[in-house]
Amino acid sequence: MTGLLSDLGRAVRLGLSAVGLATRLFVRLLQLLPATLARFGLVRDQIHFLGNYSLAIIAVSGLFVGFVLALQGYYILQRYGSSEALGMMVALSLLRELGPVVTALLFAGRAGTALTAEIGLMKAGEQLSAMEMMAVDPIRRVLAPRFWAGVFTMPLLAAVFSAVGILGGWLVGVVMIGVDAGSFWSQMQGGVEWWNDLGNGVLKSLVFGITVTFVALYQGYMAQPTPEGVSRATTRTVVVASLWVLGLDFGLTAMMFTV
Amino acid sequence: MADDNLVEFRDVTFAYPAARGERVILDRVSLQVPRGKVTALMGASGGGKTTVLRLIGGQQKANQGQVVVHGDDVATLDRAGLHALRRRMGMLFQFGALFTDLSVFENVAFPLREHTRLPEDMLRDIVLMKLNAVGLRGARDLMPSEISGGMARRVALARAIALDPELIMYDEPFAGLDPISLGTAAQLIRRLNDALGITSIIVSHDLDETFAIADQVIVLANGRVAAQGTPDEVRHSTDPLVHQFVHAESEGPVHFHYPGPSVADDFGARASGGRR
Repeated sequence: MTGLLSDLGRAVRLGLSAVGLATRLFVRLLQLLPATLARFGLVRDQIHFLGNYSLAIIAVSGLFVGFVLALQGYYILQRYGSSEALGMMVALSLLRELGPVVTALLFAGRAGTALTAEIGLMKAGEQLSAMEMMAVDPIRRVLAPRFWAGVFTMPLLAAVFSAVGILGGWLVGVVMIGVDAGSFWSQMQGGVEWWNDLGNGVLKSLVFGITVTFVALYQGYMAQPTPEGVSRATTRTVVVASLWVLGLDFGLTAMMFTV
Repeated sequence: MADDNLVEFRDVTFAYPAARGERVILDRVSLQVPRGKVTALMGASGGGKTTVLRLIGGQQKANQGQVVVHGDDVATLDRAGLHALRRRMGMLFQFGALFTDLSVFENVAFPLREHTRLPEDMLRDIVLMKLNAVGLRGARDLMPSEISGGMARRVALARAIALDPELIMYDEPFAGLDPISLGTAAQLIRRLNDALGITSIIVSHDLDETFAIADQVIVLANGRVAAQGTPDEVRHSTDPLVHQFVHAESEGPVHFHYPGPSVADDFGARASGGRR
């Protein structure tokens, strides 16, 4: 009985200290924004790295999601005789929901795992310790540029996803099925609002960028410095980041679009 | 004179928190590292040698006692003070800990780029000089994945001396080296110490090579200092702990078995022996 209690107490204490450590790391990363921008070369390299890594998979996924949206959307809309609203439907689905969310999930799987593995291996190879002993703060030199690069990259990738998705919707809807091109584009222009749809979508992708990148960095930084530890951390990055993204998406959607 | 010691431990106790209670690594350890000399820290694996290095670098803090480096108690330094202290020391990690995404040249240049604003041509000269000192000037463009373990450690050594430190700490510099690299590495440590007037601390359990180049040997066993003296003094020590270590005997006061239930308890044998 006492054994059970002490195990429970230990689990709670470990959980709380993990929350504390994560919060401190997060605040530290936010505070390091000016210092990070002062050495923009490091951020630029990481944006290039993260963006390049994910661009192909995100463009291809966006195209196919656009295809499917047009097919499904046309099926529903033509029942009500309003298939010319297809353009608006495709654009709104992508900009408000699928662009930010699917991009974040893909970003977690592609770039997030790469970040976790990179940081975890640096830790396992004592590279982070070596940096500390050289009086260089690894959070400032290694983590902060990657964090801010991820935050900047996510909205760009989400924009690429949505743009390619709309092209995919046009290919299937207009070129293949034969929806009128004029109404496809004009309905889209008329139905998408700047701030309400586009702005909120960008805001979402920014929040998801912060979430996914932070989870990936935290998991790598806190990984057990062993091969098994790094591989476990990499898996955890995908699971934890995906759940956070989906949960936050519900919360954000509820706040943004119900009014 | 106290000033002759670059590093001094005064009754330092260090323990890791373990699942139940804690595991004591260092138990009231006092030791001195004289300036300008090569000091070897020896002892069985898990005996707290690496912990001593981490305490000196301020990566871990002692539970009790004082770790004094350059006259300052490391535990009392803030982040800026700690960074200032670390800039005066270099550390060579067991497997080099080179940055895998940077070339050999950039690895050695790293501390210079982070801490100085040298013009590029001067930086290049310094890096090549440091690489020359470890015999790897020609390997500047290779990546860490393209060089052997022994070479990686020499690059790490060049990186450790890039900022001309006053103290260099070597964590197991000889582990896993072939006999030729081992001899070269040992001579290199001695030569750098004398040529640059550095103080060196070597953590090692390679008896012959270490005794050959050390001025002072400290033997740690069971969390305490078992011996401190010149290699000859330690070699001829009558202390049973030291004798066991220096003569590589498996039976003696240093425990080979990790603490646990007694053999009789684990295997169900009764003290009287025999079958029932």
